[in-house]
Amino acid sequence: MDLFTEGDPIADTRAPDGPIETRWERRRFEAKLVNPANRRKMTVIVVGTGLAGGAAAATLGEQGYRVKSYCYQDSPRRAHSIAAQGGINAAKNYRNDGDSVHRLFYDTVKGGDFRSRESNVHRLAEVSVNIIDQCVAQGVPFAREYGGLLDTRSFGGAQVQRTFYARGQTGQQLLLGAYQALERQIGLGNVEMNARHEMLELIVVDGKARGIVVRDMVTGEITTEFADAVVLASGGYGNVFYLSTNAKGCNVTATWRAHRKGAYFANPCYTQIHPTCIPVSGDHQSKLTLMSESLRNDGRVWVPKVKGDDRNPRDIPEDERDYYLERIYPSFGNLVPRDIASRAAKNVCDEGRGVGPTKLGVYLDFADAINRLGRKAIEAKYGNLFEMYERITGEDPYEVPMRIYPAVHYTMGGLWVDYDLQSTIPGLFVIGEANFSDHGANRLGASALMQGLADGYFVLPNTVANYLADGPFEKVDGSHPAAVEARRDVEDRIQRLLAINGDRTVDSFHRELGQIMWEHCGMERSEAGLRKAIDEIRALRDQFWQRVRIVGDADGLNQSLEKAGRVADFFELAELMCIDALHREESCGGHFRAEHQTPDGEAQRDDDNFAYVAAWEFTATGQPSVLHKEDLTFEYVHPTQRSYK
Amino acid sequence: MNLTLRIWRQSGPEDKGRMVTYQVDDVSPDMSFLEMLDVLNERLILAGEEPVAFDHDCREGICGMCGLMINGDAHGPQRGTTACQLHMRQFSDGDTIDIEPWRARAFPVIKDLVVNRNAFDKIIAAGGYITAPTGSAPEAHSVPVAKANADAAFESAACIGCGACVAACPNGSGMLFTAAKVTQLGLLPQGQPERHTRVIGMVDAHDEAGFGGCTNAGECTVVCPKGIPLTTIGRLNRDYLAATAKRGDTPGT
Repeated sequence: MDLFTEGDPIADTRAPDGPIETRWERRRFEAKLVNPANRRKMTVIVVGTGLAGGAAAATLGEQGYRVKSYCYQDSPRRAHSIAAQGGINAAKNYRNDGDSVHRLFYDTVKGGDFRSRESNVHRLAEVSVNIIDQCVAQGVPFAREYGGLLDTRSFGGAQVQRTFYARGQTGQQLLLGAYQALERQIGLGNVEMNARHEMLELIVVDGKARGIVVRDMVTGEITTEFADAVVLASGGYGNVFYLSTNAKGCNVTATWRAHRKGAYFANPCYTQIHPTCIPVSGDHQSKLTLMSESLRNDGRVWVPKVKGDDRNPRDIPEDERDYYLERIYPSFGNLVPRDIASRAAKNVCDEGRGVGPTKLGVYLDFADAINRLGRKAIEAKYGNLFEMYERITGEDPYEVPMRIYPAVHYTMGGLWVDYDLQSTIPGLFVIGEANFSDHGANRLGASALMQGLADGYFVLPNTVANYLADGPFEKVDGSHPAAVEARRDVEDRIQRLLAINGDRTVDSFHRELGQIMWEHCGMERSEAGLRKAIDEIRALRDQFWQRVRIVGDADGLNQSLEKAGRVADFFELAELMCIDALHREESCGGHFRAEHQTPDGEAQRDDDNFAYVAAWEFTATGQPSVLHKEDLTFEYVHPTQRSYK
Repeated sequence: MNLTLRIWRQSGPEDKGRMVTYQVDDVSPDMSFLEMLDVLNERLILAGEEPVAFDHDCREGICGMCGLMINGDAHGPQRGTTACQLHMRQFSDGDTIDIEPWRARAFPVIKDLVVNRNAFDKIIAAGGYITAPTGSAPEAHSVPVAKANADAAFESAACIGCGACVAACPNGSGMLFTAAKVTQLGLLPQGQPERHTRVIGMVDAHDEAGFGGCTNAGECTVVCPKGIPLTTIGRLNRDYLAATAKRGDTPGT
């Protein structure tokens, strides 16, 4: 059987044409408005309370819509945006170092290896400056200079200092800003908050997204919830790899269920492997911890020149070390983009020059920076990260170089959306990491926070109004056949999982799935490996549905049951990721196919054949998906071989 | 190493609950405390027993979801460390470890080690913000903030809302949590217009949620994984006094 079939091309019909600087302004002007009195009659469901979802729910509440917000954590403040460390980009040009909206746009399109939409990225760069203003007004305590003005620093893939930060906890501070704005709306009665609730199905009525099925994770109660529009802000799917820097609860269920109901899934194979994470220490490992990319501003990455050099790193003399990023990429050095730094680390480890007990690690060394700036300065910049490293590894990075290795961190793929951030299901909007929109095949550092907040504060609240202007839509309740069916599907799936009563735990399956994905759909992919992975995933999925064991019932808090539902969806996604990776016969950004590389081992794009977004349509379980191509055209940033040398 | 765990098991809010003893062998010192619980849970599931329910998410000390009383200490023996960042090298072979949920009137137990901390959200909703609707913000550099104030605001803003302060407090008070937010926003020029309404709203919500009063025992700051200082409570008290005086109230009535 073929792995997929090809359908009609797809296009974004929402972005205006004309000069790129004027497109967002024109779209906002052309979009329909909803008068304030009518907003109260309209309900919007927002799933997820991270930067995108929290900002959107707060803003829609401020505008006067009735908002119902859902998150699986015990509080909206805990969404995984909170863990973002390094910073947020904005084209403020406070440094007078040549930055501009156009340069941020250019860097992001190039950084994404020419696989993103120019219109979307330009809008992101435009809006970036408003985000900083908004967050400062909310009381986000960004780092400041002695004169009282905001400080910025450099991040990978850029030669200007445009990254605003709050020590190593930028995501936390931005999220708490959005969370506080959200809590204000909750207090005012404009937003109804439902924490410890998980979305398990989308309800589509007459072709429009009209509601969701949720499970109250405390009581086990399953309910149907309705609205005039549904916004998914449920994050990425990095946990398909089991080990990733995502929080344990991060999952694909909300977007995958929407995909099964008709929303196309775009570029699922684009995953970001972050170069600076703490290496795996053993089989018990349950997650991986990131060490912020900002560390590469002052840390130098190296391995011994000779294979199998087991000496203490401090005893290895300068001329026997290979500072390989500085050697291969002299102009960007240790600040090359993430995909490039990760692959370089993999290559030196594959050569047998890796360090640490597993030999899957490279050094990130601060000795030079400590000598140059003093320990105090390094402490002020990175103190909390150094402490975290020491707590996890038991080693003091002021004395011994850190050991780092790449780990799954972010997913550029996600549900396909148009310029309005609307999916292929009318009324279903997708924002933040959950959509595919702005990062192409590789995301630059400090751009995830920018995109999440851009979508949530500034883009969605404008574009959703254009859709709601045709509402309120005909009232739907739980007795509607579509709602009855969606609810029954959820209940059946739960009963089916509980009834298996097999002999393996959910985690054991998840771990095994993750190993298949890391091995064959991770930093380097090949046709043979991907075909093997597809067979293995299918076999393991069959085993899962025969052998998984869940203790307890569905009538209350049951964490194994929650995990089982998520892993079941990861199995289906994993297969699509491999098919997407297999069909994309080129290397670009985070997608590196062993068959497609330049003579010096860099990613070899094929713009003639693959300058498109791959949007996948679900057909039926076990049936091939349909590929719809959206052609990408580049009027402003001309595709070149991406070089950081 | 081999450990004996005594874990609080409670099937639901109505159940009385009890300590149950488990033996966990072959624990690696490189495991995190929660990974050690994962190992126990895997074994319980295969034996057909219900795994121990506990809250956790990011497992890197920032989301604030995990919270365990470990041998009577909120988040365990290592200072400045959440339970998820605690590693087993802090323990020794043969140790017996007691693991209990946060215990406070305002944090009722849901199941086993999982408690309901919604009361914290209610405190924030009652004033823990700066009113700045999206789109209304002035240019970021129009209001400089002295670095010392920005740094001190950050220090308070680092609170992760885990509730260790409440669990450690002999009165079950949430004053350190409340004071951290009052301090952060009160130190910034943007936070001045709502400074007085904020502190009154938040303290009222705190009291209504069933938290106890603060008697400056200081246990909260000892267990706080983010090192929020006790001086924040002093600042809250000063703001509260000023706010109530301005309102014409007599403090304490």
